[in-house]
Amino acid sequence: MSDSLIRFDKVSKFYNGGPAALDAVDLDVKHGEFVSIVGHSGAGKSTLLKMILAELYPSEGAVLIDMDDTQHLSKGEVTQLRRKIGTVFQNFRLIDSKTVYENIAFALEVAGMGDEEIEVDVPHVLGLVDLHDKAEHFPKELSGGEQQRVAIARAIVIQPSLLIADEPTGNLDPINTYEVVQILKKINDLGTTVVLTTHNKGVVDSVGGRVVTMDAGKIVRDDSGGQYML
Amino acid sequence: MLGTTFKRIIRAGVVGFFRNAFVSLATMLVMMITLFVIGSLLFMNAALESTLDQVKDKVDINAYFLTTASEEQVLEVKTAVEHLPEVMAVQYISREEALVIFKERHKDDQLTLQALEELDENPLGASLAIRAKDPSQYEIVADFLEGQMAVAEGEQQIIEKVNYHQNKVVIDRLSGLTASIETAGLAFTIFLTVASVMIIFNTIRLAIYTNRDEIEVMQLVGASNWFVRGPYIVEGVLYGFVAGLFTLFLFYPLSIYMSSATESFFGSFNSLVFYTSNFGMLFKYIVGSGVVLGAVSSFLAVRRYLGV
Repeated sequence: MSDSLIRFDKVSKFYNGGPAALDAVDLDVKHGEFVSIVGHSGAGKSTLLKMILAELYPSEGAVLIDMDDTQHLSKGEVTQLRRKIGTVFQNFRLIDSKTVYENIAFALEVAGMGDEEIEVDVPHVLGLVDLHDKAEHFPKELSGGEQQRVAIARAIVIQPSLLIADEPTGNLDPINTYEVVQILKKINDLGTTVVLTTHNKGVVDSVGGRVVTMDAGKIVRDDSGGQYML
Repeated sequence: MLGTTFKRIIRAGVVGFFRNAFVSLATMLVMMITLFVIGSLLFMNAALESTLDQVKDKVDINAYFLTTASEEQVLEVKTAVEHLPEVMAVQYISREEALVIFKERHKDDQLTLQALEELDENPLGASLAIRAKDPSQYEIVADFLEGQMAVAEGEQQIIEKVNYHQNKVVIDRLSGLTASIETAGLAFTIFLTVASVMIIFNTIRLAIYTNRDEIEVMQLVGASNWFVRGPYIVEGVLYGFVAGLFTLFLFYPLSIYMSSATESFFGSFNSLVFYTSNFGMLFKYIVGSGVVLGAVSSFLAVRRYLGV
Protein backbone atom coordinates (compact mmCIF):
# COMPACT_ATOMS: atom_id res chain seq x y z
CA MET A 1 0.00 0.00 0.00
CA SER A 2 2.94 2.34 0.55
CA ASP A 3 3.48 2.82 -3.19
CA SER A 4 -0.08 3.98 -3.84
CA LEU A 5 -0.18 7.57 -5.14
CA ILE A 6 -3.94 8.08 -5.17
CA ARG A 7 -6.36 6.35 -2.82
CA PHE A 8 -10.12 6.81 -2.79
CA ASP A 9 -11.60 5.28 0.34
CA LYS A 10 -15.40 4.80 0.11
CA VAL A 11 -15.78 8.24 -1.43
CA SER A 12 -19.26 9.63 -2.05
CA LYS A 13 -20.17 13.06 -3.34
CA PHE A 14 -23.58 14.70 -3.31
CA TYR A 15 -24.37 18.01 -4.96
CA ASN A 16 -27.17 19.89 -3.21
CA GLY A 17 -29.02 16.79 -2.09
CA GLY A 18 -29.24 15.34 -5.62
CA PRO A 19 -28.28 11.78 -6.50
CA ALA A 20 -24.71 10.76 -5.70
CA ALA A 21 -22.18 12.00 -8.25
CA LEU A 22 -19.80 9.50 -6.71
CA ASP A 23 -21.15 6.52 -4.80
CA ALA A 24 -18.80 4.78 -2.36
CA VAL A 25 -15.87 4.71 -4.79
CA ASP A 26 -12.76 2.72 -3.88
CA LEU A 27 -9.79 3.30 -6.15
CA ASP A 28 -6.09 2.74 -5.77
CA VAL A 29 -3.57 4.13 -8.26
CA LYS A 30 0.07 3.15 -7.85
CA HIS A 31 3.15 5.12 -8.81
CA GLY A 32 3.99 4.77 -12.49
CA GLU A 33 0.59 3.46 -13.59
CA PHE A 34 -1.32 4.65 -16.67
CA VAL A 35 -5.00 4.59 -15.79
CA SER A 36 -7.77 5.37 -18.26
CA ILE A 37 -11.10 6.23 -16.75
CA VAL A 38 -14.02 5.80 -19.13
CA GLY A 39 -17.73 6.34 -18.86
CA HIS A 40 -20.64 8.36 -20.15
CA SER A 41 -21.03 12.03 -19.39
CA GLY A 42 -22.22 12.41 -15.81
CA ALA A 43 -20.67 9.08 -14.76
CA GLY A 44 -18.54 10.95 -12.22
CA LYS A 45 -15.20 11.11 -14.05
CA SER A 46 -14.74 14.86 -13.68
CA THR A 47 -15.83 14.81 -10.04
CA LEU A 48 -13.19 12.18 -9.41
CA LEU A 49 -10.44 14.25 -11.05
CA LYS A 50 -11.49 17.41 -9.22
CA MET A 51 -11.14 15.57 -5.95
CA ILE A 52 -7.58 14.56 -6.82
CA LEU A 53 -6.82 18.28 -7.41
CA ALA A 54 -8.57 19.22 -4.15
CA GLU A 55 -10.99 21.41 -6.11
CA LEU A 56 -13.77 19.34 -4.53
CA TYR A 57 -13.91 17.43 -1.30
CA PRO A 58 -15.80 14.19 -0.59
CA SER A 59 -19.14 14.32 1.17
CA GLU A 60 -18.25 10.93 2.68
CA GLY A 61 -15.04 8.91 2.76
CA ALA A 62 -11.55 10.22 2.14
CA VAL A 63 -9.20 11.03 -0.76
CA LEU A 64 -5.52 10.45 -0.06
CA ILE A 65 -2.82 11.81 -2.35
CA ASP A 66 0.64 10.58 -1.39
CA MET A 67 -0.91 9.44 1.92
CA ASP A 68 -2.26 12.97 2.69
CA ASP A 69 -5.99 13.38 3.22
CA THR A 70 -6.97 16.28 0.94
CA GLN A 71 -9.58 17.46 3.41
CA HIS A 72 -6.91 18.15 5.99
CA LEU A 73 -4.71 20.25 3.73
CA SER A 74 -4.33 23.98 4.35
CA LYS A 75 -4.70 26.49 1.52
CA GLY A 76 -0.95 26.61 1.10
CA GLU A 77 -0.68 22.82 1.09
CA VAL A 78 -3.36 22.61 -1.62
CA THR A 79 -1.23 24.99 -3.70
CA GLN A 80 1.80 22.81 -3.00
CA LEU A 81 -0.17 19.70 -3.98
CA ARG A 82 -1.22 21.22 -7.30
CA ARG A 83 2.37 22.07 -8.10
CA LYS A 84 3.14 18.33 -7.96
CA ILE A 85 0.30 17.47 -10.34
CA GLY A 86 0.32 18.32 -14.01
CA THR A 87 -3.12 18.91 -15.50
CA VAL A 88 -4.37 18.82 -19.08
CA PHE A 89 -7.95 19.68 -19.97
CA GLN A 90 -10.28 19.13 -22.91
CA ASN A 91 -10.48 22.89 -23.53
CA PHE A 92 -6.69 23.34 -23.04
CA ARG A 93 -7.07 26.13 -20.49
CA LEU A 94 -4.04 28.13 -21.47
CA ILE A 95 -3.59 31.72 -20.37
CA ASP A 96 -4.58 33.62 -23.51
CA SER A 97 -2.74 36.81 -22.62
CA LYS A 98 0.58 35.00 -22.30
CA THR A 99 2.74 33.55 -25.07
CA VAL A 100 3.42 29.82 -25.37
CA TYR A 101 6.78 30.33 -23.69
CA GLU A 102 5.26 32.37 -20.86
CA ASN A 103 2.45 29.86 -20.31
CA ILE A 104 4.97 27.13 -19.70
CA ALA A 105 7.32 29.37 -17.75
CA PHE A 106 4.41 30.42 -15.54
CA ALA A 107 4.10 26.91 -14.08
CA LEU A 108 7.77 27.08 -13.11
CA GLU A 109 7.54 30.64 -11.83
CA VAL A 110 4.73 29.82 -9.42
CA ALA A 111 6.80 26.89 -8.18
CA GLY A 112 9.58 29.39 -7.40
CA MET A 113 12.13 28.07 -9.92
CA GLY A 114 15.11 30.27 -10.77
CA ASP A 115 15.39 32.10 -14.07
CA GLU A 116 18.31 29.94 -15.28
CA GLU A 117 16.32 26.74 -14.77
CA ILE A 118 13.34 28.24 -16.58
CA GLU A 119 15.51 29.24 -19.53
CA VAL A 120 16.70 25.63 -19.84
CA ASP A 121 13.53 23.70 -19.01
CA VAL A 122 11.01 25.56 -21.18
CA PRO A 123 12.82 25.05 -24.51
CA HIS A 124 13.43 21.45 -23.48
CA VAL A 125 9.71 20.59 -23.06
CA LEU A 126 8.82 22.65 -26.13
CA GLY A 127 11.14 20.28 -27.97
CA LEU A 128 9.41 17.26 -26.41
CA VAL A 129 6.03 18.38 -27.79
CA ASP A 130 7.64 19.62 -31.01
CA LEU A 131 6.70 23.29 -30.67
CA HIS A 132 10.01 25.12 -30.32
CA ASP A 133 9.22 27.28 -33.33
CA LYS A 134 5.94 28.51 -31.75
CA ALA A 135 7.40 29.79 -28.47
CA GLU A 136 6.51 33.44 -29.05
CA HIS A 137 3.01 32.77 -30.39
CA PHE A 138 -0.14 33.38 -28.40
CA PRO A 139 -2.52 30.43 -27.79
CA LYS A 140 -5.18 31.91 -30.10
CA GLU A 141 -2.69 31.73 -32.97
CA LEU A 142 -2.31 27.96 -32.65
CA SER A 143 -4.41 25.00 -33.80
CA GLY A 144 -6.29 22.90 -31.24
CA GLY A 145 -3.69 20.15 -31.39
CA GLU A 146 -0.89 22.63 -30.88
CA GLN A 147 -2.66 24.25 -27.96
CA GLN A 148 -3.12 20.87 -26.32
CA ARG A 149 0.57 20.14 -26.80
CA VAL A 150 1.36 23.46 -25.09
CA ALA A 151 -0.93 22.43 -22.24
CA ILE A 152 0.90 19.11 -21.96
CA ALA A 153 4.26 20.88 -22.03
CA ARG A 154 3.07 23.13 -19.23
CA ALA A 155 1.88 20.10 -17.27
CA ILE A 156 5.13 18.16 -17.54
CA VAL A 157 7.64 20.99 -17.22
CA ILE A 158 7.22 20.92 -13.45
CA GLN A 159 8.21 17.22 -13.54
CA PRO A 160 5.05 16.15 -11.77
CA SER A 161 4.71 12.79 -10.10
CA LEU A 162 1.16 12.69 -11.48
CA LEU A 163 -0.34 13.90 -14.74
CA ILE A 164 -4.10 14.30 -14.95
CA ALA A 165 -5.63 14.51 -18.40
CA ASP A 166 -9.33 15.29 -18.52
CA GLU A 167 -10.66 14.39 -21.99
CA PRO A 168 -7.44 15.73 -23.53
CA THR A 169 -8.42 14.59 -27.00
CA GLY A 170 -12.08 15.64 -26.80
CA ASN A 171 -11.62 18.61 -29.13
CA LEU A 172 -9.02 17.10 -31.45
CA ASP A 173 -9.04 15.39 -34.80
CA PRO A 174 -7.71 11.80 -35.10
CA ILE A 175 -4.20 12.80 -36.11
CA ASN A 176 -3.80 15.23 -33.23
CA THR A 177 -5.44 12.68 -30.94
CA TYR A 178 -2.86 10.10 -31.93
CA GLU A 179 -0.01 12.56 -31.29
CA VAL A 180 -1.34 13.53 -27.87
CA VAL A 181 -1.72 9.88 -26.85
CA GLN A 182 1.81 9.14 -27.97
CA ILE A 183 3.13 12.04 -25.90
CA LEU A 184 1.19 10.85 -22.84
CA LYS A 185 2.59 7.33 -23.26
CA LYS A 186 6.10 8.73 -23.55
CA ILE A 187 5.60 10.72 -20.34
CA ASN A 188 4.34 7.58 -18.59
CA ASP A 189 7.37 5.65 -19.84
CA LEU A 190 9.57 8.30 -18.23
CA GLY A 191 7.99 7.41 -14.87
CA THR A 192 5.08 9.80 -14.43
CA THR A 193 1.77 8.36 -13.27
CA VAL A 194 -0.96 9.30 -15.75
CA VAL A 195 -4.70 9.41 -15.06
CA LEU A 196 -6.71 9.97 -18.21
CA THR A 197 -10.43 10.30 -18.75
CA THR A 198 -11.88 9.81 -22.17
CA HIS A 199 -14.89 8.90 -24.29
CA ASN A 200 -12.71 7.76 -27.11
CA LYS A 201 -12.44 4.00 -27.62
CA GLY A 202 -9.50 4.42 -29.96
CA VAL A 203 -7.54 6.26 -27.30
CA VAL A 204 -8.12 3.57 -24.67
CA ASP A 205 -7.27 0.77 -27.01
CA SER A 206 -4.05 2.38 -28.16
CA VAL A 207 -2.91 3.09 -24.59
CA GLY A 208 -3.66 -0.46 -23.53
CA GLY A 209 -3.13 0.12 -19.80
CA ARG A 210 -5.48 -0.22 -16.89
CA VAL A 211 -9.08 0.78 -17.67
CA VAL A 212 -11.54 1.85 -15.01
CA THR A 213 -15.14 2.04 -16.22
CA MET A 214 -17.59 4.26 -14.36
CA ASP A 215 -21.34 4.47 -14.48
CA ALA A 216 -23.69 6.55 -12.34
CA GLY A 217 -20.99 7.37 -9.81
CA LYS A 218 -19.81 3.78 -9.35
CA ILE A 219 -16.81 1.89 -10.66
CA VAL A 220 -18.35 -0.94 -12.65
CA ARG A 221 -15.20 -2.47 -14.18
CA ASP A 222 -11.51 -2.25 -13.38
CA ASP A 223 -9.31 -4.22 -15.81
CA SER A 224 -5.57 -4.02 -16.04
CA GLY A 225 -4.60 -4.28 -19.69
CA GLY A 226 -8.27 -3.84 -20.46
CA GLN A 227 -10.20 -2.63 -23.42
CA TYR A 228 -12.89 -0.02 -23.75
CA MET A 229 -16.27 -1.54 -23.01
CA LEU A 230 -19.52 0.15 -22.21
CA MET B 1 12.87 33.60 -3.61
CA LEU B 2 10.70 36.43 -2.30
CA GLY B 3 12.65 38.93 -4.39
CA THR B 4 12.27 36.77 -7.49
CA THR B 5 8.53 36.44 -6.93
CA PHE B 6 8.22 40.18 -6.41
CA LYS B 7 10.18 40.89 -9.57
CA ARG B 8 8.02 38.45 -11.54
CA ILE B 9 4.81 39.99 -10.22
CA ILE B 10 5.97 43.47 -11.24
CA ARG B 11 7.09 42.23 -14.64
CA ALA B 12 3.84 40.36 -15.30
CA GLY B 13 1.87 43.49 -14.34
CA VAL B 14 3.88 45.76 -16.61
CA VAL B 15 3.68 43.29 -19.51
CA GLY B 16 -0.08 42.97 -19.00
CA PHE B 17 -0.43 46.74 -18.96
CA PHE B 18 1.20 47.17 -22.35
CA ARG B 19 -0.18 44.01 -23.92
CA ASN B 20 -3.83 44.80 -23.16
CA ALA B 21 -3.25 48.24 -24.60
CA PHE B 22 -6.85 48.83 -25.58
CA VAL B 23 -8.33 47.77 -22.26
CA SER B 24 -5.64 49.78 -20.48
CA LEU B 25 -6.44 52.84 -22.54
CA ALA B 26 -10.19 52.56 -21.99
CA THR B 27 -9.73 52.03 -18.26
CA MET B 28 -7.38 54.98 -17.98
CA LEU B 29 -9.74 57.27 -19.88
CA VAL B 30 -12.54 56.48 -17.45
CA MET B 31 -10.17 56.98 -14.55
CA MET B 32 -9.09 60.30 -16.01
CA ILE B 33 -12.67 61.51 -16.06
CA THR B 34 -13.18 60.67 -12.42
CA LEU B 35 -9.77 62.00 -11.39
CA PHE B 36 -10.63 65.13 -13.31
CA VAL B 37 -13.74 65.49 -11.16
CA ILE B 38 -11.64 65.09 -8.02
CA GLY B 39 -9.16 67.66 -9.34
CA SER B 40 -11.93 70.10 -10.23
CA LEU B 41 -13.24 69.80 -6.69
CA LEU B 42 -9.82 70.83 -5.39
CA PHE B 43 -9.95 73.91 -7.62
CA MET B 44 -13.54 74.71 -6.69
CA ASN B 45 -12.89 74.40 -2.99
CA ALA B 46 -9.84 76.62 -3.22
CA ALA B 47 -11.76 79.24 -5.20
CA LEU B 48 -14.66 79.13 -2.78
CA GLU B 49 -12.42 79.33 0.23
CA SER B 50 -10.48 82.31 -1.04
CA THR B 51 -13.70 84.11 -1.96
CA LEU B 52 -15.20 83.48 1.45
CA ASP B 53 -12.00 84.60 3.16
CA GLN B 54 -12.10 87.74 1.14
CA VAL B 55 -15.69 88.51 2.08
CA LYS B 56 -15.03 87.69 5.73
CA ASP B 57 -12.09 90.09 5.66
CA LYS B 58 -14.37 92.91 4.68
CA VAL B 59 -16.59 92.50 7.72
CA ASP B 60 -15.54 94.00 11.01
CA ILE B 61 -17.05 95.88 13.92
CA ASN B 62 -16.00 99.22 15.20
CA ALA B 63 -15.96 100.66 18.65
CA TYR B 64 -16.15 104.47 18.55
CA PHE B 65 -14.73 106.35 21.48
CA LEU B 66 -15.79 109.70 22.83
CA THR B 67 -13.45 112.59 22.16
CA THR B 68 -12.95 112.82 25.87
CA ALA B 69 -11.39 109.38 26.04
CA SER B 70 -7.65 109.53 26.46
CA GLU B 71 -5.30 107.54 24.27
CA GLU B 72 -4.24 105.40 27.27
CA GLN B 73 -7.87 104.49 27.92
CA VAL B 74 -8.41 103.51 24.32
CA LEU B 75 -5.24 101.44 24.21
CA GLU B 76 -6.29 99.75 27.44
CA VAL B 77 -9.52 98.61 25.79
CA LYS B 78 -7.53 97.57 22.71
CA THR B 79 -5.28 95.32 24.78
CA ALA B 80 -8.29 93.82 26.55
CA VAL B 81 -10.02 93.12 23.24
CA GLU B 82 -6.89 91.63 21.76
CA HIS B 83 -6.81 89.13 24.58
CA LEU B 84 -10.20 87.71 23.62
CA PRO B 85 -9.63 84.29 22.02
CA GLU B 86 -12.16 85.05 19.25
CA VAL B 87 -10.37 88.16 18.05
CA MET B 88 -8.03 87.94 15.07
CA ALA B 89 -6.87 91.55 14.74
CA VAL B 90 -7.55 94.95 16.22
CA GLN B 91 -6.68 98.13 14.44
CA TYR B 92 -6.37 101.34 16.42
CA ILE B 93 -7.38 104.51 14.60
CA SER B 94 -6.31 107.57 16.57
CA ARG B 95 -8.24 110.81 16.54
CA GLU B 96 -5.67 112.37 14.19
CA GLU B 97 -5.86 109.44 11.79
CA ALA B 98 -9.63 109.62 11.87
CA LEU B 99 -9.41 113.27 10.86
CA VAL B 100 -7.07 112.48 7.97
CA ILE B 101 -9.39 109.73 6.78
CA PHE B 102 -12.39 112.05 7.10
CA LYS B 103 -10.70 114.79 5.12
CA GLU B 104 -9.63 112.35 2.45
CA ARG B 105 -13.15 110.98 2.16
CA HIS B 106 -14.67 114.44 1.81
CA LYS B 107 -11.99 116.05 -0.27
CA ASP B 108 -14.51 116.98 -2.96
CA ASP B 109 -17.01 118.30 -0.46
CA GLN B 110 -15.82 121.88 0.26
CA LEU B 111 -18.75 122.70 2.50
CA THR B 112 -18.04 119.93 4.95
CA LEU B 113 -14.34 120.71 4.95
CA GLN B 114 -15.08 124.37 5.63
CA ALA B 115 -17.37 123.42 8.49
CA LEU B 116 -14.56 121.34 9.91
CA GLU B 117 -12.19 124.29 9.67
CA GLU B 118 -14.63 126.35 11.75
CA LEU B 119 -14.08 124.07 14.71
CA ASP B 120 -11.06 124.73 16.93
CA GLU B 121 -10.89 121.14 17.93
CA ASN B 122 -10.87 117.79 16.20
CA PRO B 123 -14.46 116.59 16.60
CA LEU B 124 -13.67 112.99 15.80
CA GLY B 125 -13.07 110.30 18.38
CA ALA B 126 -10.63 107.43 18.19
CA SER B 127 -11.93 104.05 17.16
CA LEU B 128 -10.98 100.38 17.14
CA ALA B 129 -11.66 98.22 14.09
CA ILE B 130 -11.98 94.63 15.25
CA ARG B 131 -11.89 91.52 13.13
CA ALA B 132 -12.98 88.22 14.60
CA LYS B 133 -11.65 84.86 13.47
CA ASP B 134 -15.13 83.84 12.34
CA PRO B 135 -18.20 85.97 11.56
CA SER B 136 -20.27 84.04 14.12
CA GLN B 137 -17.99 85.30 16.88
CA TYR B 138 -18.77 89.01 16.50
CA GLU B 139 -21.58 88.75 18.97
CA ILE B 140 -19.20 87.72 21.75
CA VAL B 141 -16.87 90.61 20.92
CA ALA B 142 -19.77 93.05 20.78
CA ASP B 143 -21.05 91.85 24.15
CA PHE B 144 -17.62 92.37 25.62
CA LEU B 145 -17.42 95.92 24.28
CA GLU B 146 -20.89 96.75 25.49
CA GLY B 147 -19.85 95.48 28.89
CA GLN B 148 -17.03 98.00 28.77
CA MET B 149 -19.51 100.75 27.92
CA ALA B 150 -21.50 100.23 31.10
CA VAL B 151 -19.13 102.08 33.33
CA ALA B 152 -18.82 101.92 37.04
CA GLU B 153 -20.00 104.85 39.11
CA GLY B 154 -17.71 107.82 39.18
CA GLU B 155 -15.98 106.74 36.03
CA GLN B 156 -16.46 108.42 32.74
CA GLN B 157 -17.99 106.67 29.80
CA ILE B 158 -15.41 106.38 27.06
CA ILE B 159 -17.03 104.24 24.36
CA GLU B 160 -19.63 106.15 22.43
CA LYS B 161 -21.08 103.29 20.45
CA VAL B 162 -20.41 99.88 18.96
CA ASN B 163 -21.72 99.44 15.43
CA TYR B 164 -22.35 95.71 15.80
CA HIS B 165 -26.12 96.04 15.66
CA GLN B 166 -26.02 97.92 12.38
CA ASN B 167 -23.79 95.21 10.97
CA LYS B 168 -25.57 92.36 12.69
CA VAL B 169 -27.85 91.49 9.78
CA VAL B 170 -24.98 91.39 7.31
CA ILE B 171 -22.78 89.43 9.69
CA ASP B 172 -25.51 86.92 10.48
CA ARG B 173 -26.28 86.38 6.83
CA LEU B 174 -22.67 85.99 5.97
CA SER B 175 -21.97 83.46 8.70
CA GLY B 176 -25.09 81.53 7.71
CA LEU B 177 -24.06 81.60 4.08
CA THR B 178 -20.48 80.58 4.78
CA ALA B 179 -21.62 77.65 6.87
CA SER B 180 -24.13 76.42 4.33
CA ILE B 181 -21.73 76.82 1.40
CA GLU B 182 -19.11 74.88 3.31
CA THR B 183 -21.58 72.11 4.22
CA ALA B 184 -22.91 71.91 0.67
CA GLY B 185 -19.38 71.87 -0.72
CA LEU B 186 -18.41 69.05 1.62
CA ALA B 187 -21.52 67.02 0.76
CA PHE B 188 -20.90 67.58 -2.95
CA THR B 189 -17.27 66.54 -2.59
CA ILE B 190 -18.17 63.38 -0.69
CA PHE B 191 -20.87 62.48 -3.21
CA LEU B 192 -18.63 62.95 -6.25
CA THR B 193 -15.73 61.15 -4.59
CA VAL B 194 -17.89 58.15 -3.75
CA ALA B 195 -19.27 58.13 -7.31
CA SER B 196 -15.74 58.33 -8.73
CA VAL B 197 -14.52 55.50 -6.57
CA MET B 198 -17.42 53.31 -7.65
CA ILE B 199 -16.89 54.10 -11.33
CA ILE B 200 -13.19 53.30 -11.13
CA PHE B 201 -13.86 50.15 -9.15
CA ASN B 202 -16.42 48.97 -11.66
CA THR B 203 -14.21 49.75 -14.63
CA ILE B 204 -11.32 47.77 -13.24
CA ARG B 205 -13.65 44.99 -12.18
CA LEU B 206 -14.87 44.69 -15.77
CA ALA B 207 -11.31 44.66 -17.07
CA ILE B 208 -10.48 41.85 -14.67
CA TYR B 209 -13.78 40.06 -15.27
CA THR B 210 -12.61 39.24 -18.78
CA ASN B 211 -9.66 37.46 -17.19
CA ARG B 212 -11.59 35.32 -14.72
CA ASP B 213 -10.87 32.11 -16.65
CA GLU B 214 -7.18 32.92 -16.59
CA ILE B 215 -7.30 33.44 -12.86
CA GLU B 216 -8.82 29.99 -12.46
CA VAL B 217 -6.17 28.44 -14.69
CA MET B 218 -3.38 30.16 -12.78
CA GLN B 219 -4.70 28.68 -9.57
CA LEU B 220 -4.96 25.21 -11.10
CA VAL B 221 -1.34 25.43 -12.14
CA GLY B 222 -0.55 26.10 -8.49
CA ALA B 223 -0.14 29.86 -8.31
CA SER B 224 -0.55 31.28 -4.83
CA ASN B 225 -3.14 34.00 -4.32
CA TRP B 226 -0.53 36.74 -4.26
CA PHE B 227 1.03 35.48 -7.44
CA VAL B 228 -2.34 35.78 -9.17
CA ARG B 229 -3.41 39.01 -7.52
CA GLY B 230 -0.06 40.83 -7.62
CA PRO B 231 0.19 41.52 -11.36
CA TYR B 232 -3.38 42.87 -11.45
CA ILE B 233 -2.61 45.22 -8.58
CA VAL B 234 0.53 46.37 -10.37
CA GLU B 235 -1.61 46.99 -13.46
CA GLY B 236 -4.16 48.89 -11.38
CA VAL B 237 -1.42 51.06 -9.88
CA LEU B 238 -0.08 51.76 -13.38
CA TYR B 239 -3.56 52.69 -14.63
CA GLY B 240 -3.99 55.09 -11.74
CA PHE B 241 -0.51 56.56 -12.00
CA VAL B 242 -0.65 57.23 -15.73
CA ALA B 243 -4.27 58.46 -15.63
CA GLY B 244 -3.34 60.72 -12.69
CA LEU B 245 -0.35 62.20 -14.50
CA PHE B 246 -2.36 62.88 -17.63
CA THR B 247 -5.15 64.47 -15.62
CA LEU B 248 -2.66 66.62 -13.75
CA PHE B 249 -1.10 67.83 -16.99
CA LEU B 250 -4.53 68.41 -18.48
CA PHE B 251 -5.20 70.95 -15.73
CA TYR B 252 -2.21 73.02 -16.83
CA PRO B 253 -3.57 74.36 -20.15
CA LEU B 254 -6.99 74.61 -18.53
CA SER B 255 -5.57 76.74 -15.72
CA ILE B 256 -3.93 79.05 -18.22
CA TYR B 257 -7.13 79.28 -20.20
CA MET B 258 -9.26 79.96 -17.11
CA SER B 259 -6.69 82.18 -15.45
CA SER B 260 -8.15 85.62 -16.25
CA ALA B 261 -11.76 84.41 -16.14
CA THR B 262 -11.35 83.03 -12.62
CA GLU B 263 -9.52 86.14 -11.50
CA SER B 264 -12.29 88.46 -12.62
CA PHE B 265 -15.04 86.19 -11.28
CA PHE B 266 -13.62 85.24 -7.89
CA GLY B 267 -11.46 88.30 -7.38
CA SER B 268 -8.73 86.85 -5.26
CA PHE B 269 -8.51 83.46 -6.97
CA ASN B 270 -6.43 82.78 -10.06
CA SER B 271 -6.44 79.21 -11.43
CA LEU B 272 -2.95 79.40 -12.89
CA VAL B 273 -1.45 80.81 -9.71
CA PHE B 274 -3.25 78.12 -7.73
CA TYR B 275 -2.00 75.38 -10.09
CA THR B 276 1.63 76.43 -9.99
CA SER B 277 1.81 77.25 -6.29
CA ASN B 278 -0.05 74.09 -5.24
CA PHE B 279 1.44 71.68 -7.77
CA GLY B 280 2.76 69.38 -5.06
CA MET B 281 -0.60 69.19 -3.32
CA LEU B 282 -2.43 68.60 -6.63
CA PHE B 283 0.08 65.89 -7.59
CA LYS B 284 -0.38 64.19 -4.25
CA TYR B 285 -4.17 64.21 -4.41
CA ILE B 286 -4.76 63.47 -8.10
CA VAL B 287 -1.99 60.97 -8.79
CA GLY B 288 -2.27 59.61 -5.26
CA SER B 289 -6.00 58.95 -5.56
CA GLY B 290 -5.40 57.32 -8.94
CA VAL B 291 -2.79 54.96 -7.54
CA VAL B 292 -4.73 54.12 -4.39
CA LEU B 293 -8.02 53.65 -6.25
CA GLY B 294 -6.35 51.51 -8.91
CA ALA B 295 -4.67 49.28 -6.37
CA VAL B 296 -7.70 48.89 -4.09
CA SER B 297 -10.09 48.28 -7.00
CA SER B 298 -7.83 45.61 -8.48
CA PHE B 299 -7.38 44.00 -5.10
CA LEU B 300 -11.12 43.80 -4.48
CA ALA B 301 -11.98 42.77 -8.04
CA VAL B 302 -9.51 39.88 -8.12
CA ARG B 303 -10.55 38.74 -4.68
CA ARG B 304 -14.02 38.06 -6.07
CA TYR B 305 -12.57 35.55 -8.51
CA LEU B 306 -10.15 33.91 -6.15
CA GLY B 307 -11.86 30.78 -4.94
CA VAL B 308 -9.58 28.34 -3.09
